[in-house]
Amino acid sequence: MARSPLGKSMKLPKLKGNRKARLTNPRQKVLVLYLANSALDAPVVAWALYDGSGERLHMAGDEDSPPYKTGLDALREGWRLFQASQIQPHVRGEELDLSYLKYEFFFERICEAVV
Amino acid sequence: MSALRLLSTIDMARFVARGFLRFDAVVPHEINEQFMAEAGETAEPDEGFKGSHRDAFAANAIPEVQAGTPLANAYEPGTAPARLLALPLVAGTLQSLLGPEIVFDHHFLHVRLPSRDPSRGPNLSQHTHQDSTIDPRQAFDVQLMYYPHRITRDMGGTRFIPGTHLRKVSEFAIGRYQNVVGQQHVVCEAGTLLFLHHGVWHGAGANQSDRTRYMFKIRLRAAGRQTRAWAIEDYRPPDKQRAIFFLKSPPEENTVETVLTTPEPWFEQDTGRLEYINRIKLWRYLTEDPEYDADYWLTRLDENAAAGNR
Repeated sequence: MARSPLGKSMKLPKLKGNRKARLTNPRQKVLVLYLANSALDAPVVAWALYDGSGERLHMAGDEDSPPYKTGLDALREGWRLFQASQIQPHVRGEELDLSYLKYEFFFERICEAVV
Repeated sequence: MSALRLLSTIDMARFVARGFLRFDAVVPHEINEQFMAEAGETAEPDEGFKGSHRDAFAANAIPEVQAGTPLANAYEPGTAPARLLALPLVAGTLQSLLGPEIVFDHHFLHVRLPSRDPSRGPNLSQHTHQDSTIDPRQAFDVQLMYYPHRITRDMGGTRFIPGTHLRKVSEFAIGRYQNVVGQQHVVCEAGTLLFLHHGVWHGAGANQSDRTRYMFKIRLRAAGRQTRAWAIEDYRPPDKQRAIFFLKSPPEENTVETVLTTPEPWFEQDTGRLEYINRIKLWRYLTEDPEYDADYWLTRLDENAAAGNR
């Protein structure tokens, strides 16, 4: 297994053949990556992690370096993409206005709950 | 007024580009000590970390001040906030950013208690946010952040993201952005000041130390003309545009144009250029020069429109 920059909490469940190991108390971990453009292999510029397993409590400002360099790196580490932001047309007259980060990608992985 | 220490043009450009100016350990020790005495000790509320500090605030010497009060009348002479605001660096920086007529908006004593007792609830950092509400103005307010005592990294400190101030967002709508490449944490000596454009995204860090952390914020706005208020006498905009993209040497450092077109590490590859454009627009506002440009970003759009090419 490739080394995870986030340590033990990022390890995938062990696989047996093509079947995933059974989890008695499955929980979702969610990774949100904001990329530099709409390509999944673009660099990460911002991120968030939410750990439903209870293993680790992530919060704003807890890391200064992104967990992956690109969205593709997260895929290679076993994260499953389940949502990507749409590329929206620009409203006439507001083409130069800026607000929220544009290129948002949601990933998940299922882990055993930590009691 | 000769004692005022006005900002230079290049410092103003840095504020326009990044949304902040930081001055480390510039407030004299005796004012820091006086402020800490006036602020008093803030105990943990009965409700735990989420509780209100109102009872503790009622007992301290920091006054309630009406929004809209002229800054000169906001604090009793001789108090720590009045002495802080009278420092030539502080008065000069505020005048440079807001003009000579300044009005008090609000102030707040931010208190982050140490993580002594986990049973009182999780000790979390504050979600990333932009203060107040959606603010479509070109004009801006200034938030003066005053750190009266030493802040170590484990005390959390204010987290902020340089260059986010020109984005029009709705307060905590950006709470999902836990971490942003290039974010900064204020770790500093006593007497450090941060002058923030009101739009800079920020949040308080979790205090993992065994000491209470204090930060005093004063929000101020211009009551009169905000523009051309710094030490602008020597400033002359360039009389011609410099070459762009195809360059045979690095751009000259410490010019307004270089500062306004220097990216932040979190800039997206397309909107980073829009950030430059919005910085140039803010520079036009502050210099009252509707034709100013850096690296042709707005000229490219303006001249086509002026020629009737739409």
